[in-house]
Formats: sequence, C-alpha cells, structure tokens
Amino acid sequence: MVIIECQGLSVTYPGGVQALKDVDLKIDDGEFVIVVGLSGAGKSTLLRTINRLVDPTGGRIKVDGRVINELSKKELKEYRSQVGMIFQNFNLVKRSSVLRNVLAGRLRGVPTWRTLLGLFPKEDVAEALSCLERVGIKEKAKSRADELSGGQQQRVGIARALAQDPKILLADEPVASLDPPTSHAVMKDLKRINEEDGITTIVNLHFIDLAKEYGEKIIGLREGKLVYEGLADEITEEEFEEIYGRSITAEDQLGAGGGANV
Amino acid sequence: MSEATSSKKPSRLVLIMGKIKGIIVIALIAAVYIWSARGVGFSLFEIIFELPSFFNLLWDMVPPNWAYFVRLIGPLLETFQTAITGTILGTLLAIPLILLAANNVNRNKPLYYVSKGFMNLARTIDPMLYAAILVAGVGLGAFAGMLALTFFSMAINAKLTSESLEAIDNGPLEALEACGGNKLEMIKYAVAPQIMPTFASYTLFVFEINIRASTVLGLVGAGGIGVNLNTSLNLFRYPNAAMVLLTTFVIVVLIDQLSNVLREELV
Repeated sequence: MVIIECQGLSVTYPGGVQALKDVDLKIDDGEFVIVVGLSGAGKSTLLRTINRLVDPTGGRIKVDGRVINELSKKELKEYRSQVGMIFQNFNLVKRSSVLRNVLAGRLRGVPTWRTLLGLFPKEDVAEALSCLERVGIKEKAKSRADELSGGQQQRVGIARALAQDPKILLADEPVASLDPPTSHAVMKDLKRINEEDGITTIVNLHFIDLAKEYGEKIIGLREGKLVYEGLADEITEEEFEEIYGRSITAEDQLGAGGGANV
Repeated sequence: MSEATSSKKPSRLVLIMGKIKGIIVIALIAAVYIWSARGVGFSLFEIIFELPSFFNLLWDMVPPNWAYFVRLIGPLLETFQTAITGTILGTLLAIPLILLAANNVNRNKPLYYVSKGFMNLARTIDPMLYAAILVAGVGLGAFAGMLALTFFSMAINAKLTSESLEAIDNGPLEALEACGGNKLEMIKYAVAPQIMPTFASYTLFVFEINIRASTVLGLVGAGGIGVNLNTSLNLFRYPNAAMVLLTTFVIVVLIDQLSNVLREELV
C-alpha cells in the first residue's frame, strides 16, 4: 500500500533556487527508504516538504490518501504530530533534561495549558520513558541533554520522534555528526524500529556503503531531480556515480577512510 | 612574479596618499572639536580661574554631615523601591516585546518591524527625560520616577534580549514545529530554556543602571535620594550634599558588586 505519493513535486526557494524539480515518487507503507545525493541535491528539502516545514511550490503530496499541500494551521499541527523527524544536529534543547526533550514528542495529545505548566499526564511521561528505554538510554532521563555523548543525544532525538507515535519517520542526515561505530549503532536502531513497529522510514544519507547496508529501497537525487529509484541490493557503483555525477571516492564511504576525513 | 613583488612593496605614491589621508582626518576632527568647544564657551582661562572656587566648594563639603544620614534613610529606601518596581514592571512589559521583536519567534513581518521600531524609539529616550516628562504628567514624586524607569527598563531589556534571542540555536524550534507544537509550546520548550540565563543577566544589568538612575531622578523632581542632593546644593548645605554623594557612591558600588556576582553565577 502506498503511504507517500509525490506528483510533480517542485520547490523553488524565495531566493530563486530550485531545490526540487518535478519529482514523482511513491513510497510503500512500512518501507525503509534511503535518499542519497550530494549536498545541495535536494534531499533535505524533500524530507522537509513531506512534513511541510518547507512548502511545495508545485505539484502535490499525498500522505495516507490525503493531499497535504493545503492544510489549515490546525490540521497541519495534527498531521505533523504523525510524522517524526530526526535531525543531523539532534536539535535538542541542550539545557533541558532528556525526559523534557522527549516529552516534546507528546505535545499534540495534551492540552496546551497542561504543556505550558509542564503538567504532563502520567501516561505520557511513562510513554516518553518507554521510548527512551527502546533506544537504551532510560537511565539518562534526568540528565541534562548536553551532558550526553553525540550518539546518546541522537538517541534522545529518536526517542522524541518515537514519542509522537508516528506513522512516518524522517531522518535528515542522522549520522553525519557521529563517528563510524556510533553511526552504525544509530542506523541499526532506526532499522530495528522500522522492523518492529512497521513505521515507514525515510533516511537521508550521503555515505553509499551505509545506504546499501541498511536501505531497502534507494532513491537518488541530483540537482533536485529524481534520478534513481531501486532496491538497495541491486544498486551498482556505476549507478551511484550517475547519482553523484562524478566518480565515487573514499569520502563517500563511511567504512574505511571516509569517517576519518570528516 | 612581477605582480607579487609590486604588491609587497607599495609605491611611493600610495605611501604619500596614505599620509595625506591621515592628515585630512586629523584636521577634520580638530575642526569639529574647535567648533563644538566654541559652542559650549570652553576656555582654558576659565578652568584655571575657577579652580580655586571649585576647591573651596570641595573644602566646604568636608567633613560630611554624618548625622544627616538618619534623614537619608527614608529617601534611600524610596530610591531602592523606585529602582525595584521600575525594573520588575519594565521586565514584565519587555517579555511580549522580546518575543515580538525576534524574527525567529515572530514570523509576522509587519508586526516584527512595528515592535522593533517601537522598541528602538522607546530606547532613544534617556530615563531622566522620561522622568522630566512624567513629572509634568503625573506630578512630582517617586511614582513618576518609577514609571520613567519602567519605560526605560522595558526598552533596553527588550532590545538586548531580543537580539540575543535572534542568535539562539533554531534547531530546537524547528524540532518543536516538526512535532506539531504550537507557538506557545515552542516558546516554553525551545525558546525559554535557551534565553532564560541571558534574560536574567540582562535584567540584573538593567537593575544596576536603574539604581544609578534612581539616585539622580530627584534632580528633576522624580523622588529618591536625588531630591536631598538637589535641596542641599540649592541651600548651600554642602556637608549634607557630601553625605548624599557618599551614600550614593557606597550604595551604587555595593549593588554593582552584588549584581556582578549574581550575573557570573548565571552565565
């Protein structure tokens, strides 16, 4: 069953930069999709258009049978609460506790007067803690977010997205700020969650070895155009070179030399 | 090669031009200074001529009238009260202005520019000027002084804090937005935790300025210990004036030190 469908999707930023050009794309429910491409190819714009942090300037996006281009403010908040997002820089509030950061994922279901007073219902706190448990850092709940290592902070980010009980997870370069072993651990977490909960997951990556290892389906973007769509098992080095528009170098791989250069 | 060597060794002409520019700038500053000095009737002769009478005034102030301190306690408390109420009310009024005048929180362009304009306009007026106008409006006394400090605190705190707010990490705001959080929730969960220490520090800073300002508000009739200074000087009671100055000095230094310690704790 198709859960996300983009038809002729285009995004032109106010400055005139065309970030996405006429993208047609279908993603099935429960799929684990990896979007590859050079920086500036439109990967980040694609994800942000799906949860409408960026507004499409052309074409349409259908999610779960509903066109999401035109949603009222209220509908948009409701819709966003069903789409979890994980960021390259974690986007945690560093001075707040881990638990408080994860509770942000529960905002939608709780009346605003309660969230403003910090009075989350017990069930929501329990849910937030169980999300932290799933990513293995429940014991850090009381710590300040900036006391955690990079890998742990990204797990808080994942727990926050999970706390939304989302239908879709979007991860924008989730491992770009992490070292190679931690990168693999975080990718494994995302993959495990996708398999256990069947949450449709879209991950932006620029490392081709990670893409092949964890992806189910791979989408290639080049200068805002969709230039590849296929199974991760079948993608060849030539096809990667086609997506990147140049030959593959060590920096495109996390494995051996790639990480050390970053 | 030839280009590289020529760029390393500036030609004679460039050196001479540089010197001429320097001379012109100095001449301009000197001209502006002379124009201004003539305007204020500056004269070295007068400084030398009036020096003895200035020393006489200082001499008349010694020793300060220590006993006068008892009569200063009331005005001193009023000075504190003026600064405290002015700071607190001004800070509360500054909060909405801070949020409206930060482009990462308020995305409504017209409202943003109006708030920013209002803030800058309010900031151009010195607290003494506010006080002089308010005394004419609400009458003599500390209430006018308190209102003056309220406007001033609001403007300066809003200016400083909203500028810091525009420089916070916008990542958490984006994350809150992506979770479906509303504006108030974004402020509470992404903005407040980041800006609070800075806001508190600026509030203490504004309190320091207000303490200093509240000691002279009396000169325009807006209450506090400045009233005693004004009266003492007008009645030629120099030992009393000296006691006011001494008390003011000690209080300002003490509050500054205390506030500095607190601010260092915050950052």
